[in-house]
Amino acid sequence: MSPDAHPSPIEQTSEDMLQPHERPSSPAGGPSTQPATPEAGAGAVGAQSVAKVAHEVRLERLRAFYGSSEQVKGIDLRFPPNQVTAIIGPSGCGKSTMVRCINRMHEEIPGARAEGRVLLDELDVYDPAVDVIAVRRAVGMVFQKPNPFPTMSIFDNVASGLRLTLGRSRRGELSHRVESALRGAGLWEEVSGRLSSPGVGLSGGQQQRLCIARSLAVDPEVLLMDEPCSALDPIATLRIEELIEQLKQRITIVIVTHNMQQAARVADRTAFMLAGELVEVGPTDEIFTKPTDPRTEEYVTGKFG
Amino acid sequence: MSAHGATPDRLARFAVSPRRRRADRLARGTLLAATLVALVPLVLIVYYLLVKGLGAWSWSFFTTDPTGSTFFGGSSIGGIKSAILGTLEMVALASAIAIPIGVGVALWLVEYGQPAWFANTVRFFVDVLTGVPSIVFGLFIYIVLIIGTGSTYAGYKGSLALSLLMLPVVIRSAEVILQLIPGALRESALALGAPRWKVIFRVVLPTALTGMLTGVLLAVARAAGETAPLLFTAGHTNKTSLSLGGFMNSLPYQIYSDVTSPTTEVVNRAWGAALTLVAMILILNLVARLVARRSRLA
Repeated sequence: MSPDAHPSPIEQTSEDMLQPHERPSSPAGGPSTQPATPEAGAGAVGAQSVAKVAHEVRLERLRAFYGSSEQVKGIDLRFPPNQVTAIIGPSGCGKSTMVRCINRMHEEIPGARAEGRVLLDELDVYDPAVDVIAVRRAVGMVFQKPNPFPTMSIFDNVASGLRLTLGRSRRGELSHRVESALRGAGLWEEVSGRLSSPGVGLSGGQQQRLCIARSLAVDPEVLLMDEPCSALDPIATLRIEELIEQLKQRITIVIVTHNMQQAARVADRTAFMLAGELVEVGPTDEIFTKPTDPRTEEYVTGKFG
Repeated sequence: MSAHGATPDRLARFAVSPRRRRADRLARGTLLAATLVALVPLVLIVYYLLVKGLGAWSWSFFTTDPTGSTFFGGSSIGGIKSAILGTLEMVALASAIAIPIGVGVALWLVEYGQPAWFANTVRFFVDVLTGVPSIVFGLFIYIVLIIGTGSTYAGYKGSLALSLLMLPVVIRSAEVILQLIPGALRESALALGAPRWKVIFRVVLPTALTGMLTGVLLAVARAAGETAPLLFTAGHTNKTSLSLGGFMNSLPYQIYSDVTSPTTEVVNRAWGAALTLVAMILILNLVARLVARRSRLA
């Protein structure tokens, strides 16, 4: 972790993270400081006026298995910092499985395992010395169905991200961080007056933004979104998409989607997967307008899938 | 075409056939009859408890111990204070043993449960235990803690027998509820970077709390109403015993010994004690539900 990229006091004082296994910050600044793109410096999202440089994720020969069946068959793929990468492909092609390997959630399923490397900047998250919990704090995840914790209020849902991951001593600025996470998720205006009411009382779209706020509260470097809008109506979907646009200024975003219009709207780059393999990846407009692989063309033009 | 304009042909095609109408009426009637039949004893039990039990209730009924001197026209047969306190103490201790262990077993089965063969073996034994007659638990404690140690009856031995009885009920009901908690909830907590124990204690358990309460209360109610496991573990005494180390009276035992008495007064005391037992369980139920609702959004 390069300290200059992390003004957050929480990350600097984090004892829970395995310091010795942090990514080495190379003398030249390392890849983490590399994306000196204009928007990286202008990361003013809500109350978060802190410039934050996003991080890069790279998959190397990634294979994922459920028991003996191979669902992801050796993928090499780079998710550049400060960009939204969409993963498209028919159901069962391994999109979700691949994404779940990035924050090591794949291994939570009994009998599931992964091979190959997932590099968060230069850190291999599958390195035996790496703490899986530290990986998940750095790589947030938003799921298909909004799933706020049913016993918790709106405030507690967002705070849970911190309470579940941090020790007692670092909870001082809890309410400040809850507010900035809610602002970051574009939900603050709607819920600031009823923070103590149940999180499940919100509408579907608000619940999903609450879940995004919950992830943001932990200050992740990467956000994985597994079909985050598939349970939402078009207006709620639009709000999430606007949010993604803002969030990418400080977080690297990977979004799995079935909706190709959505990929076209939000993603800088799009990857097309088929039967566990990566068929093609490139800038979104190229994938949709002049794909090099005929299978990609058939899929994006709706001939199958 | 509006309904009024339908031709008779068309109406006949869309009308409910008389046969189906009959079948429907028959099915509904049968189910209603079953419900009413089941309702009869339930209503009668409550009715008799109230009519006979309330008659026995009085201030001294709750504040005096049974005297046991009824044959010689003694002034008073006494109340059921020792039985109430005995039941409260023994069931409280039994709950304190069985609920944490039972919930712990259920958590292990659902949240970890590896290796699977061992988890399935545990489930099998829990199922077997659920079906074991309650007197067998009493017998087990009798053999191990009374014959085995050459000692005598004691309240805590009754508690142990009751906790054995409660354990499988708590485990089974808690397991069912824990399995109902959506996996997505655990996943989202894990994906936040929460350690598994925090996921369990902060997310899974609070979500399951209300549901678990039902099963736990069922176990408590069952233990509170059992006579058999106490017969030769807690012994019997008319005196109030605050120490779980001594002989101990209990409501079910009091009912059991009173109801066989030739004296009407004593039989009425059994009714009063039965109503007390039911009232205690009802109050416990209400209090627990109230507490659970309060703690929902603490």
